[in-house]
Amino acid sequence: MINSLTELEQFRQGILSKKDPDGIRVSVCAGAGCLASGAGKIIAALNEEIEKQGMQDRVLVKGTGCPGFCERGPIVVIDPDEICYLQVKPKDVAAIVSKTLKEKKLIDRLLYAGPGKDEKTVREADIPFYKNQERNIIGNNIKIDPKCIDDYLALDGYSALAKVLFQMAPEQVVDEVKKSNLRGRGGGGFPTGIKWDAARNAPGDTKYVIVNADEGDPGAFMDRAVLEGNPHSILEGLIIGAYAIGAHEGYVYVRQEYPLALENVGIAIRQAEEYGLLGSNILGSGFDFKVKVHRGAGAFVCGEETALLLSLEGKPGEPRARPPFPATRGLWGKPTNINNVETWANIPLIVNNGADWFNQFGTGKSKGTKIFSLVGKIKNTGLVEVPMGVTLRDIVYKIGDGIPGGKKFKAVQTGGPAGGCIPEEHLDIAVDYDELAKVGAIMGSGGMIVMDEDTCMVDVARYFINFLAQESCGKCSPCREGLKQMQRILTNITEGNGKEGDIELLEELAMSTGSASLCALGRTAPNPVLSTIRYFRHEYEAHIREKRCPSYSCEKLVSYYIDPQACTACLLCLKNCATDAISGSRGQIHVIDQAKCTRCRSCYDVCPPHYGAVLRFSGESVPEPIPVERRTLVEKSKAI
Amino acid sequence: MSEFSLKIDGKDVAASDDMTILEAAQSAGIAIPTVCHHEKLEPFGGCRLCTVEAEAGGRTSLVAACIYPAQKDMAVKTRTPQIDKIRKVLTEQLLAYAPESEVLRGLAREYHADKDRFPKEPSFCILCGLCVRYCAEVKQKSAVGFVERGPNREISFVPEIAAKECWDCKECFPLCPTSALQAAYVLTRSLTSFKSTAQPEAGKQAATNTVPQ
Repeated sequence: MINSLTELEQFRQGILSKKDPDGIRVSVCAGAGCLASGAGKIIAALNEEIEKQGMQDRVLVKGTGCPGFCERGPIVVIDPDEICYLQVKPKDVAAIVSKTLKEKKLIDRLLYAGPGKDEKTVREADIPFYKNQERNIIGNNIKIDPKCIDDYLALDGYSALAKVLFQMAPEQVVDEVKKSNLRGRGGGGFPTGIKWDAARNAPGDTKYVIVNADEGDPGAFMDRAVLEGNPHSILEGLIIGAYAIGAHEGYVYVRQEYPLALENVGIAIRQAEEYGLLGSNILGSGFDFKVKVHRGAGAFVCGEETALLLSLEGKPGEPRARPPFPATRGLWGKPTNINNVETWANIPLIVNNGADWFNQFGTGKSKGTKIFSLVGKIKNTGLVEVPMGVTLRDIVYKIGDGIPGGKKFKAVQTGGPAGGCIPEEHLDIAVDYDELAKVGAIMGSGGMIVMDEDTCMVDVARYFINFLAQESCGKCSPCREGLKQMQRILTNITEGNGKEGDIELLEELAMSTGSASLCALGRTAPNPVLSTIRYFRHEYEAHIREKRCPSYSCEKLVSYYIDPQACTACLLCLKNCATDAISGSRGQIHVIDQAKCTRCRSCYDVCPPHYGAVLRFSGESVPEPIPVERRTLVEKSKAI
Repeated sequence: MSEFSLKIDGKDVAASDDMTILEAAQSAGIAIPTVCHHEKLEPFGGCRLCTVEAEAGGRTSLVAACIYPAQKDMAVKTRTPQIDKIRKVLTEQLLAYAPESEVLRGLAREYHADKDRFPKEPSFCILCGLCVRYCAEVKQKSAVGFVERGPNREISFVPEIAAKECWDCKECFPLCPTSALQAAYVLTRSLTSFKSTAQPEAGKQAATNTVPQ
């Protein structure tokens, strides 16, 4: 139990003094992604090998939070030299210990390779993926074992809490957050300080604060990484918020599908309680606050704050009308403040560094940094934290390193399933709340899905509308019925059953769903439809008028055909066909039976590019198969 | 409770802060269409046909009149081209389920809705929730509830409760805006699929009993 400010600082000095100044620290990302690709085995192998080599007194191995470069995981960082090894496998461990830890030599093949073949980057901070970021929140992940509160304390953890408890009145805390211009990171972008003020000023003795960790956007995992990797930063923010608002109870609402996040948050709460950072009389200040974890059962709509509250109360997670806002009537009718994970994680930084520090990052009305999960057709999949105002082009090309496979960029979808698809022509917009809205997209919680020329934009709209229809609670008719009709029309279009007037009908449905729905799910749901119509109308028209999918992506509108002039009868496509739709043999030109073909594309993908014998057709009929008697392959020179 | 005035369709209307826009409008004789609303029940805001344009504090937004609180100096428009369009589409979507519903046919006439615009869905239920909420709020039995979500949402009676409670009640039947027979059908289906040893004839009788008005 730490009972005062002085004791906290003494305790912190104790942790720091125990650190071996000449010691080596090996940090292995133990986030969900790296664990899935073997980080657990690497940690075990490291410990074993270090002991074998008798280095256990000098080397400390830590499983840490996720630093974000998921594309190249498992990631190992060796300090004090910040050597960053990527895509490490258990079999690399012996070399890491004997060469790098013992002999201070680098292992070239594990280093980041620059654009030139022989160019290797040693330090984590010099890798372009990291260099172009501003990692205020996620930067600490690799330095912390999330299961160890001492690691957080060693990095000045809970000093912001100590500052507010002993040096600031609750009103001052609210004012500082207001001055920081922090806006909600969960999607709405509402000014956090104003929200806090409303909850603080709402009449009532019992108030609640809640962490919304019901991250449900497909492809989004930034909240997960912070929860898994640095749970104490969120707890510290939450306790500060509770103090500012006057709450003594709080909840962390985490989706059930995040087992590691649940585990780490649970451990963090227990440790904070043991240390006297949670519970009664926190740090001897007289302030009481306790936190419980609530597991969400998997409904996307429970990320909407009123639905989340009802779900916490044990009722069906369906949004209710606002006003009254949760700030005045929230959980069990009491004033409640709900913020997203990333919003809470910003609070200790703002308290420690001041609102002016926070305001130096970002644009006019969007301050600070934002974490995006960069996924899809992008070379560097991972988590990216950048100051607001960075261009989409920089995120996609400087940090993400562009599109793999030499393909062309088509669009980036921001803001989760209800976000908008932004085309090439708008890649230079500054990414902030207002600029994204201008081009028909939203900030959302920070999902960023990159699409290349092979992606059909009508099919993308269909996919997201399908997701949203399944996740709509069904309470209000514009959302329930509008999404259902949009889903039907989009499915028809992608299957070649679209008709004239469908685009206009989609726009009419989008208007009614987007303007009359009860909650933000329905109100933002038309974005994928409207933004793809706005920028890719020609793709809709091609599907409807010519029954043609310009990206050769909609299965029902694409056929494959083997060019008899180019086929070398190599058997590759034939062997890869899952439905035995390809006939032929060595020396016999291969032919696709269109009736058996399921348009899975594998023949097209396996046919070596220098043959290029498999052709795609969309919007036009496939040529008749070559007659059986002409299928025997003859030497090219003789055939001419 | 404070009293104030607001403007609805250009008319000054007296209201208090416990009133919704719909109540304020009704007190002044201004009609706003509703389907899921009932005086005895808590406002639900589900059908959204009562969507109106409300301007307050410099912000204009489309809100559900049945649930949105009346505010001082608010200016409300109950009909605009956009509102009419919304009501037309919503009516057309609901008519796909219940083309013969008198309530919906009235709305169709007013807003020029085409009852055949969307493919027919013969469930007859438009999920207004009147039966569900009446049973929960007025009768406090919760014999009927919503199941599933999104486009798969439907109403369903809980057989264990319905077999006991629905005999002498059936007060939800006449509330149904599409047809009283709809609730009867769902009730029958629930009870006939419920193997109750206590009242094996429950379903049959409940469905054939006359509806108390």
